[in-house]
Amino acid sequence: MSANLSALFYLLSGILFILALRGLSSPETSRQGNYFGIAGMIIAIIVTFLSVGNLGIGLIYVLVFLLIGGSIGAFIAFRIPMTAMPELVAGFHSLVGLAAVFVAISAFLKPEAFNLGTVGNIKLASLIEMSLGAAIGAITFSGSIIAFLKLRGIMSGSPITFNGQHFINLLLGLAIIFLIYYLCSTQLSNAFWSIIILSFLVGVLLIIPIGGADMPVVISMLNSYSGWAAAGIGFTLENTALIITGALVGSSGAILSYIMCKGMNRSFFNVILGGWGATDQTSKSQNVEQKPVKNGNADDAAFLMKNASSVIIVPGYGMAVAQAQHALREMVDALKKNGVKVSYAIHPVAGRMPGHMNVLLAEANVPYDEVFELEEINNDFANCDVAYVIGANDVTNPVAKSDPESPIYGMPVLDVEKSKSVLFVKRSLSPGYAGIDNDLFYRDNTLMLFADAKKMTEEIVKSL
Amino acid sequence: MEIDPFIFRLSIFILSIFIGYYVVWSVTPSLHTPLMSVTNAISSVIIVGAIIAALSGSSDKIFEVSKIFGFLAIVLAAVNIFGGFMVTQRMLQMYKKKKK
Repeated sequence: MSANLSALFYLLSGILFILALRGLSSPETSRQGNYFGIAGMIIAIIVTFLSVGNLGIGLIYVLVFLLIGGSIGAFIAFRIPMTAMPELVAGFHSLVGLAAVFVAISAFLKPEAFNLGTVGNIKLASLIEMSLGAAIGAITFSGSIIAFLKLRGIMSGSPITFNGQHFINLLLGLAIIFLIYYLCSTQLSNAFWSIIILSFLVGVLLIIPIGGADMPVVISMLNSYSGWAAAGIGFTLENTALIITGALVGSSGAILSYIMCKGMNRSFFNVILGGWGATDQTSKSQNVEQKPVKNGNADDAAFLMKNASSVIIVPGYGMAVAQAQHALREMVDALKKNGVKVSYAIHPVAGRMPGHMNVLLAEANVPYDEVFELEEINNDFANCDVAYVIGANDVTNPVAKSDPESPIYGMPVLDVEKSKSVLFVKRSLSPGYAGIDNDLFYRDNTLMLFADAKKMTEEIVKSL
Repeated sequence: MEIDPFIFRLSIFILSIFIGYYVVWSVTPSLHTPLMSVTNAISSVIIVGAIIAALSGSSDKIFEVSKIFGFLAIVLAAVNIFGGFMVTQRMLQMYKKKKK
């Protein structure tokens, strides 16, 4: 296949990828969008086979490895529970990163295969592109591995910080830039390997200081990096499909990071430079004295909700941990039978990744038109009888609106306290991720339900 | 004077960033998780680089170092392609409208 013809087909698969993202603008068109994405991928792969030409025995090996990877991927995709989606996405990001590193290494070892010159005499532009691609890929890989370990609970979710951390990161960053310059002027392979090793290190150091609840930003950021790495390789290989895709994925991840940061009213750098829990010691231990709370049980909660005319459910990470989404759905069904109007309110940073709560509710067969974003539903709390907060905490804290001293001041929160009564399912009074007390626990119209989110919800279903 | 083909690729890249910007802002927030998994799948189009790496040169030297890296990259990218698209499909199947 001529180079021009294959370039046109790569353009076509790039367009199909754009349509795949476009489809996600509504759940109606999203499934069709996914098929466009699959078609784009198939076209890209077939065109690559045709443009290489002399296939021979190599083709069989390629297909075998393709099938090995494919069956592992398919197996994971079928088996993974929806609650594990954040770590799955983090794990997948790490694979894209590592694949980018491997392709860059291969291109460096055998540049003639990609028309980039010969060993020790690689074109300058290609050298810059492939070392950038390899560096970003390596950061994506090791960073995603750390994110994966934290999300999976293998590594503690609390931030790991030490003195001079940012200085070391800066130093490593400068070293990588210098090494790229050095590589370009000397073509020494040691410089290339050093770039990759240092980038692996940067990825680890970049993610360890970031705490669990900041994971939505981290995952989006790594998503973005995996895109830029792909684009870097795309420039090296002069491949339009890769360049377009890299740009799409890169900007997609960047937008998601922005949305997540805005959901916490924090700047991107504030998140990257370390978690709340670690940096903020001032307003932490102020209100240690015991304040009275109203403690309730499942029967109280069932009574309140049964007699309400409207209930808003506020899910958070605790619902995911307790796997309470199915029990929640049963509770809502029972309430609906009693003529109660129920809707769901989702804070942008609820959970551990963008859209985490929406997927879990969808899994439990909650129709998506009962689920609302913060801006859509926040005014409704004033007219609602009961707010049922299940596994959320900081995103409901009214302190964000009233206390300029608070670390979460200015963060958009759900106006849960405006509803007539608030039911708060929580295991204990412990503060949330931000390390600050939630004023809501002590209000007159709040009833605390101390229990595991799933158990409590199941008990409420029983007493309904 | 000839324009360097690099400039054309850079133009494609920058225009695609703009397309991505507008397309992604129109994605509904409830589908942000499928958005991440599908972007994951499509960024694995890096497999084209891996295939070229694995198939380049004479086919009797199947296991040179550069090809082995190509094969490894094929496996990784393939996990992502199949896993990414399938898990996205699985999620999207769950988004249903209220039954009237």
